[in-house]
Amino acid sequence: MVLLPAFGYLPVLGGDTFHLEAWQALWARAGLHRSILLSYFSGLITTLVALFIVVLFLAANQGTWLDRTIRRLVSPLLAIPHAAVAFGLAFLIAPSGLLARWLSPGVTGWERPPDLLIVNDPLGLALMAGLVLKEVPFLLLMSLAALAQLHPERRVTLARSLGYAPSIAWLKCVFPALYPLIRLPVYAVIAYATSVVDMALILGPTLPPTLSVSIITWFNDPDLSRRFMASAGAVLQLGVTLAALLTWWLGEQAVQRLSQRWLVNGSRLSGSAAIAFGGRALLSTVTLLAMSALAGLALFSVAGFWRFPDALPGTFTLDHWQRILPSVTTPLINTLSIGLSATLIAAFLVVATLEHAARHHLPARRVQWLLYLPLIVPQVAFLFGLVVAAESVGIRPQHALVVAAHLLFVVPYLYLSLSEAYRRLDPRWVQVALSLGAPPWRAFWQIRLPLLLAPLLTACAVSLAVSIGQYLPTLLLGGGRVPTITTEAVAMASGGNRRLIAVLALLQALLPFIGFSLALLIPRLVWAKRRQMRGAA
Amino acid sequence: MTPIPQILHIKQMKITLEGQTLLAINQHIAPGEVLTVMGPSGSGKSTLLAYLAGFLSPAFQAQGELYLGDKRLDTLPAEQRGIGLLFQDPMLFPHLSVAGNCRFGLPRRTQNKTERITKALEQVGLAGFEARDPATLSGGQQARVALMRLLLSQPQAVLLDEPFSKLDTALRQEMRTLVFGQLREAGLPTLLVTHDEADAAAAGGPIIALG
Amino acid sequence: MPNNRNSLRATVAMAVLALALPAAATPHTSDWQSIMAEAKGQTVYWNAWAGEERINTYISWVAQQVDARYGVELVHVKLGDTSEAVSRVLAEKQAGNDERGSVDMIWINGENFAAMKANGLLFGPWADAMPHYPLTDPDNTPAVRYDWTIPVDGLESPWSSSQVVFYYDTALVENHPNNMAELLEWATLNPGEFTYPQVPNFLGNAFITQAMLELSDSTKLFYEPMQAEDFDTATAALWEFLDELHPHLWRSGRAFPSNSADLRSLMGDSEISIALSFSATEASGAIANHELPDTVRSYVHDSGMIGNMSFMAIPYNAQHKAGAMVVANYLMSPEAQAEKQDPKVWGSGTILAMDMLSPEERALFDDIDLGIATLPPSELGELLGQPHPSWVDAIAEAWQTRYVN
Repeated sequence: MVLLPAFGYLPVLGGDTFHLEAWQALWARAGLHRSILLSYFSGLITTLVALFIVVLFLAANQGTWLDRTIRRLVSPLLAIPHAAVAFGLAFLIAPSGLLARWLSPGVTGWERPPDLLIVNDPLGLALMAGLVLKEVPFLLLMSLAALAQLHPERRVTLARSLGYAPSIAWLKCVFPALYPLIRLPVYAVIAYATSVVDMALILGPTLPPTLSVSIITWFNDPDLSRRFMASAGAVLQLGVTLAALLTWWLGEQAVQRLSQRWLVNGSRLSGSAAIAFGGRALLSTVTLLAMSALAGLALFSVAGFWRFPDALPGTFTLDHWQRILPSVTTPLINTLSIGLSATLIAAFLVVATLEHAARHHLPARRVQWLLYLPLIVPQVAFLFGLVVAAESVGIRPQHALVVAAHLLFVVPYLYLSLSEAYRRLDPRWVQVALSLGAPPWRAFWQIRLPLLLAPLLTACAVSLAVSIGQYLPTLLLGGGRVPTITTEAVAMASGGNRRLIAVLALLQALLPFIGFSLALLIPRLVWAKRRQMRGAA
Repeated sequence: MTPIPQILHIKQMKITLEGQTLLAINQHIAPGEVLTVMGPSGSGKSTLLAYLAGFLSPAFQAQGELYLGDKRLDTLPAEQRGIGLLFQDPMLFPHLSVAGNCRFGLPRRTQNKTERITKALEQVGLAGFEARDPATLSGGQQARVALMRLLLSQPQAVLLDEPFSKLDTALRQEMRTLVFGQLREAGLPTLLVTHDEADAAAAGGPIIALG
Repeated sequence: MPNNRNSLRATVAMAVLALALPAAATPHTSDWQSIMAEAKGQTVYWNAWAGEERINTYISWVAQQVDARYGVELVHVKLGDTSEAVSRVLAEKQAGNDERGSVDMIWINGENFAAMKANGLLFGPWADAMPHYPLTDPDNTPAVRYDWTIPVDGLESPWSSSQVVFYYDTALVENHPNNMAELLEWATLNPGEFTYPQVPNFLGNAFITQAMLELSDSTKLFYEPMQAEDFDTATAALWEFLDELHPHLWRSGRAFPSNSADLRSLMGDSEISIALSFSATEASGAIANHELPDTVRSYVHDSGMIGNMSFMAIPYNAQHKAGAMVVANYLMSPEAQAEKQDPKVWGSGTILAMDMLSPEERALFDDIDLGIATLPPSELGELLGQPHPSWVDAIAEAWQTRYVN
């Protein structure tokens, strides 16, 4: 459905022959090369930086009070919608932003905001910073969920007994085992970062914008014939994402080769202090930045007029909340019911698939890649096809159809968050259970599921957040009949009223925040008396 | 209640992987007898265990039959074979208490479950440990709980997968005596896989070498 | 620019001639009773951009009214971009759903109208048969019959009129510019304090279109389909102007705000001191919203500003056409229009011709307090018509090639 229009076929717009005009038009676009490079590099660089920060922090993590606090502060960041983080960050670092206001005119002497290109910079640095802010919590959460079954403390203790400094011990003994477990989430991050739209619209360069933003602009162009070029662009976007993934994969191979010697070269202490410091400093910076962005949003949600360079708004008001709150009950209920249905169905499907594979010793199949297609093909491109498909078989827009559409995005995230944990659970647990005479269903319910409770809940929280974040699938397949907090928020965001956007972004973050908190709390409460179940130190 | 001890009979067993024969065995194990299988890593010891316990990956092809007395086992799924397992690690379920681990092994219709568990723990010097978190137990204590969990499940044969290799030397001898003593007392045919000569000596049964 | 007026007259003349054509196909007003009867009990899904809380609030007011008066349930489908509704209709048409479409009514602008009309996605003609339609004085108001020079042909009903206005912060700017040349001069003296939304944004297009009209000696050409050979000469002045202006823009023209909302934020953050808007009351509304300081005021260029109307259209496959027509007709009522024009509610310009209203109806409008930053209709100056879309498309394309690298 993306491919056909890309090659000129979309009968409803009079395109009934195959040709390459769309591609020629695409190649002739001014700035296309820059757009492609921006998407490609921002995806790779941010993933690398985010992974670096997470790994460094985990290596430095000694389970001290400070480390635990930093870690706890990071998880709520996951709940904040991408667009909200972008708005918050833009307002934080802009020349007229929060930082400048706090420092002006005292430190900087600025009475008016300086004319500096910080947000929307041509190199996409602001966009990358925003992406890193969102990727770090995701990768950290995925790593923590995976670490629970690697017994890192045992490995580190062993290496320390051989004279390795703790952080070096972690890097040499735990990380090589951890990485394969978080590989799929890392790939998802690359795919997301190369094709992100909302953040790029707010923080990214504009002359030209990233490829994904250009595609949206073309799809939204009133001139419907642009949709052919937009479809070609979507195919190109897929290529860019795949190229980024391939590059990463090649990098993985190279690092694996090169690191073999480092792993066993016996160096025990060098760089340890730097890692310990750097890991904490970087993650704290990320947390602090994101928290300040959030604080900026919260401040704006109650701000009256706020003139530069005042450090605080001139007046405070609850107007914005009062205007939004009365109308959000139905959207909140819809959001929750759709999110929970999609998550439960996806959890059932994914766990059933994984359990089936585990029982029959099936290896991971190549078909898996099909599952991930929705994550790497631009949404706007293939949703059109989905609407056509649903209409063709006479399915009217309704709740169930929206849930079905959300499943396309929820299932892959749930699968990639859970599958490695599932697959790598020591098979001997179930073997012991069976050899003790327990039938397979009992081994599943009483042994496998409880052992996987933490990763399962984390995966469900991620899925819930993914479902809550869906805009286009909800709008297009719901035919506008199913308003959610996100459709409200995005529609409102198009009006650019920062104060109302702040209110809706905070509301939008509420449900995922509860989800993530429960995912962290429940295992803690259930396993309060079970030391080994409480995961990594 | 305990079933009458039976002979475990591995009849003309041959396991192949992509046409290559990995191992072939034809053996009896009498009740209370320990058959020791020795061999270096990669000699197919774990494949043998997986076959007997019913966990063999479909990648392997197995021929031959497995009998316990007159009952054919190799056509049954793992949980119906009545073959218990002890690994190198105690594999105590970390989310269950000591008593919970033992209870998991008890057959459904067992009467007086709590008393049986109490008695079993007393037997191995762990009286009063019921409510403990397995993670707070020492290695030796964990190994003993694992053994009692196995016995409470009333297996009809037992497979031991290098069960002592991770224990320190002093504890190792003590556990050997305990395990083999208990198994013999229960009259269970036992297959021990190890590469430690001392295990084989302590088992006191016939020895075959693989690889 | 005296020639502007001439060109507008030419447009008017063309419009009057063209009006005769669609009349034959419209349904009789006597059908109105049956339409009302059919509409009763229907649920109308109105797809409308929802980026402004004020607009959303107004739409819910309309929903209450049509429910009470006509028994029509009105649901506002909140859109971030009108093209989302167009996508939906397009997909339904592709799938062969020609009867039970999920979009009953769209708030539409000229560009989307042109595209939907050209692709046969609209129902009609119906609009000129609406009882309130004559109140717009269509015979003397070409803007009601031509949307971006494309004949409306009864396929959409007028809803709101808007005109581009500039607004500036009187605390930062002493004397505002009165034409493009003065704007350039002012920007040179105050670098970084003016910008406009990135083309092809609606308002960005409007700015360069305004510049094109203002800077040309004759604008007649722009109201007819573009001939490729005319393009370079006709637009040379525009590019000269923009080339000179861009280095003095906000961020030296290396980045542009993406839409009018972004532009307003920049104004609120004191990053810029002059901005523009497609709504005469935007500044007043934003002051009331705490988004802009109360020192902001509006102004227009001497030669007039371009403006247009936005309309209601019904997709060809809408399931509740009768209900949609009843709502569209109510939206044209003096009562609904007056409510809409009140800046405390929304502050959007009416499409009704005051001469066609009764004294009581006219009083509804006279009583409206426009707010401090809104120019009264008498000071809005001349309304310049939108050029033919082919011109706007062409300069937007050329802008991309020229300034995106």
